[in-house]
Amino acid sequence: MDNIAGTKSSLTWVVHISVALLIALWLFPTVGLLVSSFRTADQISTSGWWKAMVASEQNLILRAADPDEARVERNGLFVVEGKFFGDNADPGISAWGTSSRAVDAYSIGDVADLGDGETLELRQDGSYVWSGSEEQISGRGQRVFITANIPPDFTLDNYDKILLTGNNTDSMAKAFFNTLTVTIPATIIPIVVAAFAAYALAWMDFPGRALLIAIVVGLLVVPLQLALIPLLKLHLGIGIGKGYLGVWLAHTGFGLPLAVYLLRNYMVGLPRDIIENAKVDGATDFLIFTRIILPLSFPALASFAIFQFLWTWNDLLVAKVFLIDATGETTVMTNQIVEMLGTRGGNWEILATAAFVSIAVPLIFFFAMQRYLVRGLLAGSVK
Amino acid sequence: MHPAIQGLLTIVIGVVGCVGYFYFSNQILDRFIFPARGANAGRNINRANMVRPWLFLLPAIVALGVYLAYPVVETLRLSLTDRALDGAFVGLANYSQMISEQKFWEAMRNNMLWLIVVPAVSTAFGLLSAQLTDRIGWGNIAKSLIFMPMAISFVGASVIFKLIYDTRPVEQAQIGVLNAVWLQFEGGPGSFLMLKALPALMLLSFAAIVAYAVYVVCRPIVAGNRERAHWMTKALQLALGGLGLYLAALALLNVLRVLGADYAYGEPQQWLTLPFWNNFFLMVVLIWIQTGFAMVILSAALRGIPEETIEAAIVDGANPFEVFFQIKVPQIMGTIVVVWTTITLVVLKVFDIVFAMTNGQWETQVLANYMFDKLFRSNDWGVGSASAIVIMLLVSPILIWNVVNARREMR
Repeated sequence: MDNIAGTKSSLTWVVHISVALLIALWLFPTVGLLVSSFRTADQISTSGWWKAMVASEQNLILRAADPDEARVERNGLFVVEGKFFGDNADPGISAWGTSSRAVDAYSIGDVADLGDGETLELRQDGSYVWSGSEEQISGRGQRVFITANIPPDFTLDNYDKILLTGNNTDSMAKAFFNTLTVTIPATIIPIVVAAFAAYALAWMDFPGRALLIAIVVGLLVVPLQLALIPLLKLHLGIGIGKGYLGVWLAHTGFGLPLAVYLLRNYMVGLPRDIIENAKVDGATDFLIFTRIILPLSFPALASFAIFQFLWTWNDLLVAKVFLIDATGETTVMTNQIVEMLGTRGGNWEILATAAFVSIAVPLIFFFAMQRYLVRGLLAGSVK
Repeated sequence: MHPAIQGLLTIVIGVVGCVGYFYFSNQILDRFIFPARGANAGRNINRANMVRPWLFLLPAIVALGVYLAYPVVETLRLSLTDRALDGAFVGLANYSQMISEQKFWEAMRNNMLWLIVVPAVSTAFGLLSAQLTDRIGWGNIAKSLIFMPMAISFVGASVIFKLIYDTRPVEQAQIGVLNAVWLQFEGGPGSFLMLKALPALMLLSFAAIVAYAVYVVCRPIVAGNRERAHWMTKALQLALGGLGLYLAALALLNVLRVLGADYAYGEPQQWLTLPFWNNFFLMVVLIWIQTGFAMVILSAALRGIPEETIEAAIVDGANPFEVFFQIKVPQIMGTIVVVWTTITLVVLKVFDIVFAMTNGQWETQVLANYMFDKLFRSNDWGVGSASAIVIMLLVSPILIWNVVNARREMR
């Protein structure tokens, strides 16, 4: 299409803009989570994260201090004094009100008349005086609707809480190490087992080889849902029970078909001359494998490793079935997040931070080893 | 023992054990069982070489057998027995119990919806973004950003999208993007344009694209000029054509529904509890993840198309759309099918997203979550296994197709 005269320049602009839009659309959700993880609970619940980047007009709903604790009697009137926005000297209040129907009824310095002598005054620095009779200044604090220009403000407190100081239900530290404990052996062991099998399937001649390859291709798509009950029964039966060993073995088993398939396809493509020369020189199969095949297959090994790593790190089902027991000591991050969704559904600062902690490591791996991931994908599905 | 040390130990035992096994079993074979010396040296070498492949394969075969092949058989057996009756054989009782449950049919219906929508939309978006990003200088950066969600777990993505779908009472500021956008519409001409005219237009163009694709796919049959076409190809073309026509008709029908729809303007919506539509809000999560995958593979395929075919088409006066749909797409059809089936497999097994976002409430149940529910909440292994077998049956056409293809390639 590029070489149609006269159409190129206009079309190129359309392409640039559509791609930019597409990327914006695709990044938007993740950025929302990232930004939210740096905001306090108050900030998250009072304004959308997209307003956090720039100083923005926000409508806040605040409440004066609790009269039962803060009120003092002065000249026969009961008065509550306090200050919104903490130590901030100029929070940029542009308008305020005392009812949801008229949130911008007053400006700074006005005294709101709440009826029957009850008044509320709000000053520029956010301090207020709420006064009235004993009856009026009681119950809950007066609601104040403030329109203010809030500057961007980010905090690392959430990460501190999630990773270092949080209590048991909020802390991701243990789950992080548990996930790591699951992931590393579950990535390395299938590679070793599969590499040998792939070599046999690629370079050794024996009856039944084609059938075995066909079986591997078939097993590639067997849904692991099928394996849950029989294997759980087996693990409980032979005494492995629920635990790390079980989940390592399960991940090894489930990862093997892809590993064998990817590695075999790669090894078949290695030059025949090298292997035959080595054989003529008297090398055994074991030597050929360890000295020639393994080093040459590094790209394929790397692409399977990143697949398996992403899959085991992100897995929820296998961990839930084979690892996490009633005590919850061995919980992994995905499971911890799902539990938080249940117990702390509204606490977005916790959820967002926890989720970001769990996706940060795969994202780093992803960008570092993207080349191998793409290569593996292409080898695994395009023929 | 600390799990980290245990893990380290397992790595060492696993790796050293495997390598040691391969090394020593080869040594034993060559030195003691069939030594390459003495009177039968030649015959022994041959025999050793016949045994050796199986030494290399043994661990993998054992693991595959125990962890994948045996469970298939065992699940089939379990689906015919009842755990409460000490594993007595009950025939098809579990299956009949399952199909009498409304939740199961809900899961089936939703799974079918997922099966149609997610692969289609992901592949279409993937094709679109592959075609677009291949034509610009910063395409690789664009690609890796669209590809990025692949690295994010389904659970992480669920949290991300739950934030987008979040709902606050009407008097509070909305923190979910979707509701914030939704509240911008108040029923005026702008709303009509965005919520009725635009979707109607999109449905119309979808119908047009599908109809055009049907035309392209089915033309060889009508024209009858390709005698050599296999009957299976023809059947596939017909099936695709039928499906396409159905989808196009459905889209046209929904144009009317969209135009006549009565929206609840000004009220924040609980997106995940709207029956039927909430399925689509869940599907968006998977589409968001899978589009990158489709894009990467399709982009490689697009780049593999010989330049001459495109140049010839342009010289013959084809417009850009004709070049794309009639020259490029047919040449990468094989890859599109592979992408489609791969995403189909992911969809059939989708569990985490539904589990984390709605847990099958509000009519969003899918088979994999239904099965998990049966297994670990109702503790009903029989029905759980039966639903696993249903998933297996849905997967098996792809399994057979893959195996047939793999065998054909090896010949």
